[in-house]
Amino acid sequence: MRHIISLLMENEAGALSRVAGLFSARGYNIESLTVAPTEDPTLSRMTLVTTGSDEIVEQITKQLNKLIDIVKLADLTEGEHLERELMLIKVVANTAEQREEVKRMTDIFRGRVIDVTDAMFTIEITGDGNKLDAFIEAMQQSDILETVRSGTTGISRGSRCLHI
Amino acid sequence: MVVDIPKDMTDPKTKIEYEYPKEISMRSYNPTVKGHPGQIKRALDLIVAARRPMIYTGGGVILSEASEELTELTKTLGYPITNTLMGLGAYPGTDKQFVGMLGMHGTYEANMGMHECDVLLAIGARFDDRVTGDVKQFCPNAKIVHIDIDPASISKTVRVDIPIVGDIKAVLTDMLKELKSQKKNIDSKAIASWWKQIDKWRSADCLRYDRNSGLIKPQFVVEKLCEVTGGDAFVTSDVGQHQMFAAQFYNFNKPRRWINSGGLGTMGFGMPAALGVQVAYPDAPVACITGESSIQMCIQELGLAQQYHLPIKVINLNNSYMGMVRQWQEFFYEKRYSQSHMEVQPDFVKLAEAYGHVGMRIDKPADVEGALKEAFAMKDKLVFLDFVTDEKENVYPMIAAGKGQHEMHMAPEWELI
Repeated sequence: MRHIISLLMENEAGALSRVAGLFSARGYNIESLTVAPTEDPTLSRMTLVTTGSDEIVEQITKQLNKLIDIVKLADLTEGEHLERELMLIKVVANTAEQREEVKRMTDIFRGRVIDVTDAMFTIEITGDGNKLDAFIEAMQQSDILETVRSGTTGISRGSRCLHI
Repeated sequence: MVVDIPKDMTDPKTKIEYEYPKEISMRSYNPTVKGHPGQIKRALDLIVAARRPMIYTGGGVILSEASEELTELTKTLGYPITNTLMGLGAYPGTDKQFVGMLGMHGTYEANMGMHECDVLLAIGARFDDRVTGDVKQFCPNAKIVHIDIDPASISKTVRVDIPIVGDIKAVLTDMLKELKSQKKNIDSKAIASWWKQIDKWRSADCLRYDRNSGLIKPQFVVEKLCEVTGGDAFVTSDVGQHQMFAAQFYNFNKPRRWINSGGLGTMGFGMPAALGVQVAYPDAPVACITGESSIQMCIQELGLAQQYHLPIKVINLNNSYMGMVRQWQEFFYEKRYSQSHMEVQPDFVKLAEAYGHVGMRIDKPADVEGALKEAFAMKDKLVFLDFVTDEKENVYPMIAAGKGQHEMHMAPEWELI
């Protein structure tokens, strides 16, 4: 099963490599990983998407908790939560017809065209992973030049918070 | 813990201002020390109601300095107890309730007791593969209670029914208090018949070896070492057959008397460890049980021993083979012995003498005891005892990797009961 694990960790050199090292040494799977400082500059928040049986995910969370760099941890998939991912995608848009079609698709998916030349559009789009997959699917008839995705980030619904 | 000090910090010209903090606190890792009272109660209910209980304890008991509490709990309950390799000495090895070490080279009674038990109390042990064998066949009928300070150790390889996270000393103290206050009765009839079964397994005498071969058996040397030192020496070991013989035949009655590298499996650990022990306890008898291959991993430390006058006794069980490798090649690789024979060896007597120590070579069983006595009488000398032992001896019983605890190989010359 897919799990989204949110971590608060020390914003220090080496912290990320300890987490990555734990996953590689123990052979756990990382689907995506994103990390950036929080409003407290001593803390970073990491969102890690992994897959595994309940036993494996239990071990992952226990092992992560043992790392000195990790201050707090929650498995977002245990409760109601929101997840979002940002994608930037560059597609060919040469003809008037193509440009019209790409623009329409972008609107349907509530994306935005953020860069334009006479030959291409760059589009920004956010949503959960499935929505981004669907947009790529929809863009297949145009030529996709490049895509970049931020990896999933997430937050609990309601008053539940991950803070110290 | 590794503290790495950069070289530039040792430069006498460098001045580093450092003020030691008044208080050290970490906002991350804060282990739970006190066990959950509800879990302790639930665990005790299960333990007291057991009909075929087994206590299985590991190195955690020793790290937590909880031997006294463990001994009191075990004696109060009257249940059989087994120790892991790292846990030896946490419970007196000569006590009747002690059924020996368990696992790959554990005793018949310990492993059968584990396999047949209905309640398993695991304390400070990590369910290592050398203990469990095939995890699917591990303690098939048992409800398991597991006490450990590390939540990640709980249900890691074997699913546990009642986990208690906490420091073992604290948890056992609370458990004893609770046990005394609740005055629940143990089913003494069931426990008596369980002991009858265990004694039947015990009567198989699974550590028996051939005493009439005319060759020095490694087991015999360890047995005599235990006798000569009154079972009270500090014993270190390297890795291999000699390590298992030491664990099986030296009866450790106190914690921290048995120092070996356990799961890390480091050949070469024994002599440096023995030297360290001797520094800590200058007047205590310290023996390093080793083999001709392991000892040569750090043989240069004979120099250090001379430099600091550390009179350890090296018990070299010299069978001219990396014995455990040879044993596996015999059992599992059709006797195709490869890189396990030590065809060329130094003259250990001359080598010890070259460093200014005393060397002895012993090749007859009748000389074993005398040599040991003589060596330990030389209180201010390092004595290197090179015992020429049976090349073909194997460690029994043995559970092959991946087999169940009840699927033990016994020494070939006798039948299972």
